[in-house]
Amino acid sequence: MSEAVQLAQVSKHFGDLVAVDALDLDIHDGEFFSLLGPSGCGKTTTLRMIAGFEYPTSGSLKIHGKEMGLLPPNKRPVNTVFQSYALFPHMTIKENVAFGLLMRKVEASEIERRTMRVLELVRLADRVDAKPEQLSGGQRQRIALARALVNEPEVLLLDEPLGALDLKLRQSMQIELKELQHRVGITFIYVTHDQQEALTMSDRIGVMSEGKLLQVDSPQDLYDHPRTRFVADFIGEINLLPAKVIDPTMVELAGANKIRARTDLPSGEEITIGIRPERFTLHTIEEGAPADRNAVEGTVFRRIYHGDFFFYDIQTTAGILEVKEENRPSVATHDEGARVVASWNPEATTVVGA
Amino acid sequence: MTAPMDTVTEEVAAVTPELERDAERADSRRGLFIALPSLVYLVLFFAIPLVIVVVYSFATRSSTGLTLLEGWNLDSYRRLFDPLVAEIAFRSLVMATATTLICLVLSYPLAYFMATRSARTRNILLVLVMIPFWSNFLVRTYAWRVLLGSDGPLSQLSQALGGEPIRILFTNYAVLIGLVYGFLPFMVLPLYAALERMDWSLVEAARDLYASGWRSFRKVTFPLSMPGVIAGSILVFIPTLGAYVTPAILGGARTTLLGDYIVSQFLAARNQPFGSALSVAVMAVMLIATIIYFRRGARTL
Repeated sequence: MSEAVQLAQVSKHFGDLVAVDALDLDIHDGEFFSLLGPSGCGKTTTLRMIAGFEYPTSGSLKIHGKEMGLLPPNKRPVNTVFQSYALFPHMTIKENVAFGLLMRKVEASEIERRTMRVLELVRLADRVDAKPEQLSGGQRQRIALARALVNEPEVLLLDEPLGALDLKLRQSMQIELKELQHRVGITFIYVTHDQQEALTMSDRIGVMSEGKLLQVDSPQDLYDHPRTRFVADFIGEINLLPAKVIDPTMVELAGANKIRARTDLPSGEEITIGIRPERFTLHTIEEGAPADRNAVEGTVFRRIYHGDFFFYDIQTTAGILEVKEENRPSVATHDEGARVVASWNPEATTVVGA
Repeated sequence: MTAPMDTVTEEVAAVTPELERDAERADSRRGLFIALPSLVYLVLFFAIPLVIVVVYSFATRSSTGLTLLEGWNLDSYRRLFDPLVAEIAFRSLVMATATTLICLVLSYPLAYFMATRSARTRNILLVLVMIPFWSNFLVRTYAWRVLLGSDGPLSQLSQALGGEPIRILFTNYAVLIGLVYGFLPFMVLPLYAALERMDWSLVEAARDLYASGWRSFRKVTFPLSMPGVIAGSILVFIPTLGAYVTPAILGGARTTLLGDYIVSQFLAARNQPFGSALSVAVMAVMLIATIIYFRRGARTL
């Protein structure tokens, strides 16, 4: 089976601006793939090129092995869920959903059957005669989804479809979307700037910045093994510390703190290491850290209560560490001004290059 | 800058429903006061003359052409059903409809073109559309007399190409050309306004859902521009139905339209009651047509 979407050396220029720079990307059949990045990174332009709203300046774009070239959107086997939903305001819900089938001259009885089936899938079969303006944001979102899915596209493109919803609704829609994708088995390409959303839903994520694809990995690999400083910083919270390689198993932080970390880089090389805040454990000075863990001594200079968590800022000779500890009775809390040892598993140290 | 708290020096009472109502009334009085100058102007020069026209339409014409404010009757309204009046009204209706349709067909592509340009180009094009307003309508209509005359540039061009001299001036066609020319901007501007605020992602959605360029226009762009089509049609249809200047200058003796017929009743025929009745009838028809148009427009959107 060929890849659902194959981009080879795809670039898009807008005048002098390089929006997408020589992108190589294979998206597998049936996967939930997210393009993640800050605004202006080229993720939406990439999506729009797959949809056919923009043509690449150069490069090859194939859908299931077929070159798309300059085919207009109406001749491509993909459908889009728009950020603003783009529901036709002058048509009813049913007319909106049936639009694609009508344009492809599907038989009337077939249109009726498929439209009602997909409306049941998104649980809005009772609102067929409503106009889009009469629906809530979440309902409009589901109609936008139904309008695309009813055409059974080879690939479904979603452009930040949850952006306009409030947090609670967004979270429940994330789960709903993921389940829906499983059920229909269609390849989803999902564009978002929300890393949490991408981590929750995706089989694989591609992180973009300034028109370039930096890393493509599963959510867990992306979180635990970011390959660049940008990816480490963009996905979740992370403490980034300057360091120097001593040997393949050891690096030295500022303040002559030596810690264990694996690296292939030559000794003497200046690097940056990353440690996630939740990977730390805090100990009192008297207690100390277990011998098999990396440890740095310091002073608590700020403690922030966050309900389910405490955030500590620890001043150490290696720099300021942000530490996240769970709020539960078995985890001791530390007062501001207390001397502590912050320890972490050497495996949780990520070397992210310079 | 926010004022410091200690600037509240006068006695201030806690708010009660009565105080709130007083404050709201004071607000609406201020609003009325601001609108007063234009209200006075409208009452003096629009509402009162309109009432006079309505009153005159029921008055009697003396044998010498004076209007007698006595013997109120419906004679003038009965005359509206004259075959001659019906013929003129029908001709005016055809003329106004033709003008509106031609304006619509000519304006839509232009408005669409304008609305899809960059912001800078749009503004330049808007100014270009409005340039004709910089000179007087009467002057521009007289210019058409020169252009369309039997020894005018058009006719000379036709003759130079070996054709006949063009005899178009003082016909319905000349009036139609003049009306289309005069009212084109009134169609372009509302269409442009409607298309300019179109959400183009809707067109993208239509294309994404397998509609060709033409079908996405027919199914999405055009229906969504209906407010502009309706507004433009009203702005063209109503003034052309009662147009006076253009038919008077470019039309011939046998091409009388409602506008010049009404004027002739007031001036040449010295029959003010009948002229008034004609005016009232035309206004009533326009009012009803507008209400129906807006109602239907509101429903389809």
